[in-house]
Amino acid sequence: MTSPSDAAISAGIWSTPEAQASRRRRKRGDLVLQGLGIGAISLAVGLLGLLLVSLGYLGYRAFVQTMVTLDFPVSTERVDAANPAAGNYRLVIRDALVAQFPEVTSTGDLRDLNAILTNNAQFMVRDAVIADPSVIGGTIRLSLPASDQFDQLNKNNVPRDVPETQRRISDQQILWFDTLAERGAVSTPFNWGLIFNADSRFPELAGLAGAIVGTFYAILVCFLISFPVGIAAAIYLEEFAPRNRFTDIVEVNINNLAAVPSVVFGLLGLAVFLNFFGLPRSAPLVGGMVLALMTLPTMIIVTRAALKAVPPSIREAALGMGASKHQMILHHVLPLSMPGILTGTIIGLAHALGETAPLLLIGMNAFITSPPGGLLDASTTLPTQIFIWADSPERGFLARTAAGILVLLAFLVVMNALAIFLRQRLERRW
Amino acid sequence: MVNVIGSRTVNDSTKPTVSISVAAPQDAMPAAREPRIRTDKVNVWYGEKHALFDVTVDIPDRAVMAFIGPSGCGKSTFLRCINRMNDTIDSARVEGSITLDGKDIYDPDLDVVELRARVGMVFQKPNPFPKSIFENVAYGPRIHGLARHKTDVEAIVVSSLKKAGLFEEVKDRLDEPGTGLSGGQQQRLCIARTIAVSPDVILMDEPCSALDPIATARVEELIDELRENYTIIIVTHSMQQAARVSQRTSFFHLGVMVETGPTDQIFTNPKDKRTQDYITGRFG
Repeated sequence: MTSPSDAAISAGIWSTPEAQASRRRRKRGDLVLQGLGIGAISLAVGLLGLLLVSLGYLGYRAFVQTMVTLDFPVSTERVDAANPAAGNYRLVIRDALVAQFPEVTSTGDLRDLNAILTNNAQFMVRDAVIADPSVIGGTIRLSLPASDQFDQLNKNNVPRDVPETQRRISDQQILWFDTLAERGAVSTPFNWGLIFNADSRFPELAGLAGAIVGTFYAILVCFLISFPVGIAAAIYLEEFAPRNRFTDIVEVNINNLAAVPSVVFGLLGLAVFLNFFGLPRSAPLVGGMVLALMTLPTMIIVTRAALKAVPPSIREAALGMGASKHQMILHHVLPLSMPGILTGTIIGLAHALGETAPLLLIGMNAFITSPPGGLLDASTTLPTQIFIWADSPERGFLARTAAGILVLLAFLVVMNALAIFLRQRLERRW
Repeated sequence: MVNVIGSRTVNDSTKPTVSISVAAPQDAMPAAREPRIRTDKVNVWYGEKHALFDVTVDIPDRAVMAFIGPSGCGKSTFLRCINRMNDTIDSARVEGSITLDGKDIYDPDLDVVELRARVGMVFQKPNPFPKSIFENVAYGPRIHGLARHKTDVEAIVVSSLKKAGLFEEVKDRLDEPGTGLSGGQQQRLCIARTIAVSPDVILMDEPCSALDPIATARVEELIDELRENYTIIIVTHSMQQAARVSQRTSFFHLGVMVETGPTDQIFTNPKDKRTQDYITGRFG
């Protein structure tokens, strides 16, 4: 029973200064919490943006490459038409450069002039001549990469105004290069070599092909091992295993394994796969096996979660129809949990893709100048390639390191996008 | 199999319809027939909890048996003993004997897969597989090897859907997902799926509790038609439903089977005080 006076009192309670102050405090609390959240997100987004901007700033230079386009006179006295592979291409290149600068005659000057082109220029000209022997006796026009120092000069990474002694290239060399540029011989096209070349000592030639192929093989092995094993283990634990002390211990240990530092898995791989089983060092097979060990706990946890998410009504429906346990699992539960499993798998593989430490321990940071031809060939992976480049002193590797990181990030973004796509596309609502 | 029973099907005007009184006529009670299922002193524990005490009930052949009682009284637990669905719950333990056609269904030699094919089950919430309507019905015959050829499967699917009174509504969209049907249609699809493997017994665990009144009426009609050929046990919250569809009723209370008898008698002249209190709405 509420009498009018009660109502007045209760209205009074809500309008006292204390009550108003309390409401204001409460509102302020909401605003503070919201503000903290926005602040945290801004910080995270800001740092991520800073990372991407700095990587982009450092790395964009590696996505273009300074090329020098010259006419190379392939005279018959330098190259024998009967045996083009044995020709003296060093001299062919010198001829081409001297044709541009006839005043250069001394041996020292000629060496300095030669340094404009990459060290491997003679092999590139040789390959071009072998591919097209009809040019012997005539000239062939080729775009060859400038050597790293001139690449950096062209990209304004070499200060022109410091004394000559503080640079690795002389004033004379800069003059020659500028002259070539004035004559239109210098261009900076997109650097396909970054994707299609394998590693090299010379930054202007170093590329990610070996690392990309090695990564592909290692991730493939990792997937082939961890996907079926992870699903089988998860199905047993989720659907068959009795609840007892033993399965509890297994479960706790799987959860713990997911938190073990990856370098430990590298040590395990080194001790077991390399030393005990004698598998080859630096091989994508071993890398994939180590990554599979590392991914497996995550895979099992994710798969169990996906299996658990299948509603019990579907299991009951199948069992009530007289399906046996394996029929229930294979016909109904597993297909329904596949989107979740695939999403988890891709996230797990993306994690493995970026893993460096365990691969260093099994020697996947070797210097490999051609892409691996198979699972047992020595190779690198993207993160270990980045590691190698980050360790190299040449100026050109600085940009290439950043570019390598950008390529790795691009792979990760693509894989995560695929996971999101699969989840949206295949997810079933009950 | 021919449906000889008069049906109350509203959308089938060509058939002569016979209206059926709320409870089936008493003389239709197949008292002379041997009970299909006999249970003797069935006890169930969930871990430490004793859920069902000494339940002894005989279930008649080709009739509808209803289990009624308040929530948590053990009627669903008992129903799930009959096709051993309680086996899927780790902590559940069943004692006592349940026989189907004189054979103990808890015999270790008995194949539970075969038992569940012979004793089909329809659940509280319609749970069609997230597959096409056709695949839903075809699944049982396929896994039990009842149909070798595609045409056989098709024949079974069509006849099952017809028996479940769903065929006319879905015949043009058998490829569409079963989950896209309305609740009542989904439940009839689940019934069609169950009868596709030609079971002897159909267990129904509150089959209408998730349905609206019109869909409920449709499913009740169907139950009434199906009892000509199948032994049906239905667990229901609704006393009106038990009165409408069943010939015999058991009342459960606190894990004890209090009273079993012809539905008429349970609802008009209960012997036990607890039954009377429940029927008259004093609890539950």
